[in-house]
Amino acid sequence: MIINVEVMEILIDGLLGTHRVFSSIGPLYDMLIGSFEILAILVLLACVVFLIRRNIIKIRRFTMRELTSWPRTDANLILITEILLMSAFLLMNGADYVLQGRGVGHYVQAGAFPISSMFSGIFAGFSDHSLELIERICWWFHIIGILAFLNYLPYSKHFHILLAFPNTYYSNLENKGKFTDMENVSREVKLMMDPAVVLPEPSASMPQKFGAKDIQDLSWKQLMDAYSCTECGRCTAECPANQTGKLLSPRKIMMDTRDRLEEVGKGIDKNGADHKDEKSLFSYITEEELWACTSCNACVNACPVNIDPLSIIIDMRRYLVMEESKVPSELAGMFTRIENNGAPWQFAQADRAKWTEM
Amino acid sequence: MQIRTMSDYAARGETPEILFWVGCAGSFDERAQKITRAVAKILHHCEVKFAVLGTEESCTGDPAKRAGNEFLFQMQAMTNIQVLDGYGIKKIVTACPHCFNTLKNEYPDLGGHYEVVHHSQLIQSLFDEGKLKVSGGTFAGKKITFHDPCYLGRGNDVYEAPRSVIEKLDGAFSEMKRSRAKGFCCGAGGAQMFKEPEKGSKDVNVDRTEEALELKPDIIAVGCPFCMTMMSDGVKNFNKEDTVKVLDIAELIAQAGEL
Repeated sequence: MIINVEVMEILIDGLLGTHRVFSSIGPLYDMLIGSFEILAILVLLACVVFLIRRNIIKIRRFTMRELTSWPRTDANLILITEILLMSAFLLMNGADYVLQGRGVGHYVQAGAFPISSMFSGIFAGFSDHSLELIERICWWFHIIGILAFLNYLPYSKHFHILLAFPNTYYSNLENKGKFTDMENVSREVKLMMDPAVVLPEPSASMPQKFGAKDIQDLSWKQLMDAYSCTECGRCTAECPANQTGKLLSPRKIMMDTRDRLEEVGKGIDKNGADHKDEKSLFSYITEEELWACTSCNACVNACPVNIDPLSIIIDMRRYLVMEESKVPSELAGMFTRIENNGAPWQFAQADRAKWTEM
Repeated sequence: MQIRTMSDYAARGETPEILFWVGCAGSFDERAQKITRAVAKILHHCEVKFAVLGTEESCTGDPAKRAGNEFLFQMQAMTNIQVLDGYGIKKIVTACPHCFNTLKNEYPDLGGHYEVVHHSQLIQSLFDEGKLKVSGGTFAGKKITFHDPCYLGRGNDVYEAPRSVIEKLDGAFSEMKRSRAKGFCCGAGGAQMFKEPEKGSKDVNVDRTEEALELKPDIIAVGCPFCMTMMSDGVKNFNKEDTVKVLDIAELIAQAGEL
């Protein structure tokens, strides 16, 4: 909020040729500028720490195999941009503060500068003109930087910063243990159990396919999940399969979904809306990854913006099983036993109450 | 032990308070059968009028659904719902978090609406109502830790019931580093119980058991028959089965109450 107010002021100042247009609100303005300075220095310090964690300490979840060269570069670019933007903001305020003190031109006394006032010592020897130059250059660098960065977001994992809010708003509020019901399967099963049953006409929104082969088979929320992911890897760090050396990484599921979505989008831009290619989600995600999942929900629980990698894993398993009959042989055996004797193990249904006799 | 079935109740025109959904593991797995008997003993002791479905019970379809076979899941579910509704069942208790989750969360979409509780919740309410008491001598001073089942904890946000039951035992309870919402899976969920794990550096249950053993417990308490298998195997893997017992919370209470 505070950041948005500050950016709004800078934009209005730029458009109307004013300087610190909100300064007339008095003490509240001091509080705004003061708190943004504190936030700015905290952001700056945090970004330095994050760069160290990624590039010097090399924390495991920032160096895993799905973090290939682009995701790592992307992460560093974001952090460096943030550092530059915050530095420009603080330098701008620092110069402004000294100019205010000297009563130069339009630099009215406004705002509190708990951080940038520390530069006064350095700036004391600068001429009014030099300070105005520093203030102007930093002002322009900061606002152009912000606008350029906004254009970079859609190409970056940092799109997260825009989608995190709607994505969290549209969170699944059901118990995490509940998996989605498949209406199109219910139709078939009801007809199978009672051929005389009268069912309503299938709605146009009901999917034809069982499960997900490609991004078109996923829900809009699952796709928004993919764009909301900032590749922090908390999901993967808590995934029991990943922690024990299996190929599965929930973060990779989200990155793959987004990469495939981008690929399909580019194909459509180039070749028209009915463009199809030979690839699918399975070109990115292997069956070995899908079958390693214990459906424990640790990844879903770990995500700070409520992304659900598990639902994509399950939808892809559904496609494998119900459309392709591709399933590990032990699980095929388990299916057969449930069908034949009502239990996943080979026991006679008649023996179900044997435990009472012991 | 005299266990009455639903058909028995129906034949005499009676209705039980609650259906005990035993589940496949509880019915057939030798180790899990002991959990089933412990639950039945507790229900008997507290004079809860309960029934089982016996041979009319069938797999809820959980492993089929987790493995992507929605057809098989729904066939199982719809058949089970016909049986449950045929007897007019309102309330169900089960000692299996997988059955619990499926009956509670996934049957309603297919027309099956029941009040479903995990046995830890039922035991907790039996304590609260004063129907169940344990003297506390059996486990006094014993070091106990609890392994959260994913489908009870994260899946359905039930964390306190099993802990409050363990508290009645007078033991020395300690938590693993990864517990409650951060609990680490035993490795059996999502139909993994029925297949070999994918290639990796370690088995999930070994990782989890290692964490439990760091606390040097006398007892690793569980609340799920699959976790029971995985944690027992894990303990065996470290050759600790003589000193560390893996027990379900129902077994703990049955032993403590000398039922």
